[in-house]
Amino acid sequence: MIDLPNPVVVAAGCGGTGRELAALGALEGIGAFTTRSLTLNPRAGGPAPRIAETPSGLVHSTGLPGPGLEIFLATELPWLVQQGLRVVVSLSGASVAEHAEVARRLAQAPGIRALEVDLAVPDARAHGLLDVREPFHAANVVAAVVREAQDLPVLAKVRSDVLRVAESARVVTDAGASAVVVGGPQAAALPDGRPAGLSGPAVLPLALRCVGEVRAALPGVPVIGCGGISTAADARAFLDAGAVAVQVGTALLHDPTTAARIAADLAGGPS
Amino acid sequence: MKAPLHTTGEVLSSKRVGAYQHLTVVAPGVAERFRPGTFVAVSVDGTRLARRALWIHGVRAVGGHGPALQLVVEPVGPGTRWLAERPVGARLELTGPLGRAFALPKEPVATLLVGEGYAAAPLFPLAERLRERGCQVNLLLAAPDERHLLSALEARRSARAVTVVTADGSVGRRGSVADVVAGVLAQAAAEVVYAAGPVPTLHAVAAVAEQAGAWSQTAVEQPLTCGTGLCHGCPLPVVGEDGVARVVRACTEGPVVRGDRVRWAELAGTRPGAGGPA
Ligand SMILES: Cc1cc2nc3c(=O)[nH]c(=O)nc-3n(C[C@H](O)[C@H](O)[C@H](O)COP(=O)(O)OP(=O)(O)OC[C@H]3O[C@@H](n4cnc5c(N)ncnc54)[C@H](O)[C@@H]3O)c2cc1C
Ligand SMILES: Cc1cc2nc3c(=O)[nH]c(=O)nc-3n(C[C@H](O)[C@H](O)[C@H](O)COP(=O)(O)O)c2cc1C
Ligand code: FES
Repeated sequence: MIDLPNPVVVAAGCGGTGRELAALGALEGIGAFTTRSLTLNPRAGGPAPRIAETPSGLVHSTGLPGPGLEIFLATELPWLVQQGLRVVVSLSGASVAEHAEVARRLAQAPGIRALEVDLAVPDARAHGLLDVREPFHAANVVAAVVREAQDLPVLAKVRSDVLRVAESARVVTDAGASAVVVGGPQAAALPDGRPAGLSGPAVLPLALRCVGEVRAALPGVPVIGCGGISTAADARAFLDAGAVAVQVGTALLHDPTTAARIAADLAGGPS
Repeated sequence: MKAPLHTTGEVLSSKRVGAYQHLTVVAPGVAERFRPGTFVAVSVDGTRLARRALWIHGVRAVGGHGPALQLVVEPVGPGTRWLAERPVGARLELTGPLGRAFALPKEPVATLLVGEGYAAAPLFPLAERLRERGCQVNLLLAAPDERHLLSALEARRSARAVTVVTADGSVGRRGSVADVVAGVLAQAAAEVVYAAGPVPTLHAVAAVAEQAGAWSQTAVEQPLTCGTGLCHGCPLPVVGEDGVARVVRACTEGPVVRGDRVRWAELAGTRPGAGGPA
């Protein structure tokens, strides 16, 4: 895995391009920055409204808006690398072949520390993305990405389905993933019924349970915990459950300084 | 552009004027960075995760505190009602100033500023900056009724000519922006038009400006979640400088955008999902 100066990582799709957080001084001291999930071609994203507020959560279906690989490599990655950030590039796609192609091109770009494969898109079909329902689908994608990634570690972000998360973690690590990201969005729906993901404090207990399941079944696999973390105490709960690192997502949308603050707390305070 | 700040502000005063609650909030650093057309994202009510966007209406020096932000809140839902009820001394977590400001003309040209409801808020400080540059300022203020008309008295001080329209005719002319904007624009011989208000109003103003050969800048409100450019939850369909259709973030590439660059029909939600690459 990558070695992190601090266990607090910005979660995919919740840190913009990085520039927005940097302008607020909100990347200081963080362990790594994860990009929004990139696809080969530019994507406009889904229709509005994309996000709705629920008690202690956000329901979201953004449809992975993004610049596509070429523009990302030309305009976003060099800046991120220049900041001295540890950059994890998240990727997604419509097919196994697209995932592989994106991984192949990213493996040639300088400065990336790891790839993260988003296998937990809760609204994949609605947005024409590969719908990774079964653990073996996830393993196929990971195997294809690992083949192209050369020396780059590959993190697999698996569905946070309590009953199957350990199985998913096992097959993706068998397929070559260096670590698993556990506790992404829960499958949900927007108020108008469109498929979406639920994130934020509402999902924290589920994510924590998922981390526990994976740790129990696969004690040797590094786990990055994610889901609803908004305080240093939340982060410690995941670390105490055996996670090597944590990702902060939704909390940044409410307070962009959250990750930097938790990172500082963990660096300074007793654990 | 100066970087925004994330900070805790304090309510210095809160008073009701017509339908709106006017808040003065001291937020060190934010006021100093303000340019007309920028906004603040405010956290509301503890457990609510999405932030609420408010235009910066102005900056006022308050004795012993330095410059403070003036905000105008129309209580329409839980977040804005909560804000309107904050007592003096209450703390507000806010981030700002955010977004792209109004671009100012290089030459001292005649301008028309069109504002509807609370959204007229950023036009008052804009009028000041324009006058400083020798631009002639004409103002068209609109509202459903008198209670929702923002600071009409103040408007008369900051503009050469002020036209008021209300839907119910309770003050000024009866009608809408769309009814009168072409006439007001012609009379003012404005070369630059600035507009802030609901989408249909902005669309009407942009169309009239384009017909008249004037340059328009519209301050577009879209539902925001973070307001800081992180979530991509605020799609704004535009046509880029290069003529290519794109979807940008309303909070970051906006809220102020050229009126002739917005794909208004898609914004109104008539064709959900339509649009080119991001
Ligand atoms: C750039 C910008 C500047 C604004 N300036 C002002 C201002 O100066 N004064 C003022 O009274 N209002 C302003 N608004 C609108 C204000 O932000 C919304 O009315 C407010 O967010 C509604 O929150 P609520 O909880 O009261 O209502 P609800 O309707 O219950 O809000 C629910 C959700 O929808 C979002 N939302 C709903 N309507 C809007 C909207 N029109 N714009 C953005 N988000 C919305 C809220 O953030 C929240 O997530 C502005 C909006 C934008 C985008
Ligand atoms: C608006 C939004 C956009 C997201 N986009 C992505 C994405 O592009 N790729 C991804 O792997 N996860 C994405 N996620 C999921 C987050 O990375 C995270 O796994 C999930 O939200 C749970 O953590 P949280 O509760 O801290 O947000 C997104 C989440 C939100 C709220
Ligand atoms: S509201 Fe989050 S990116 Fe614009």
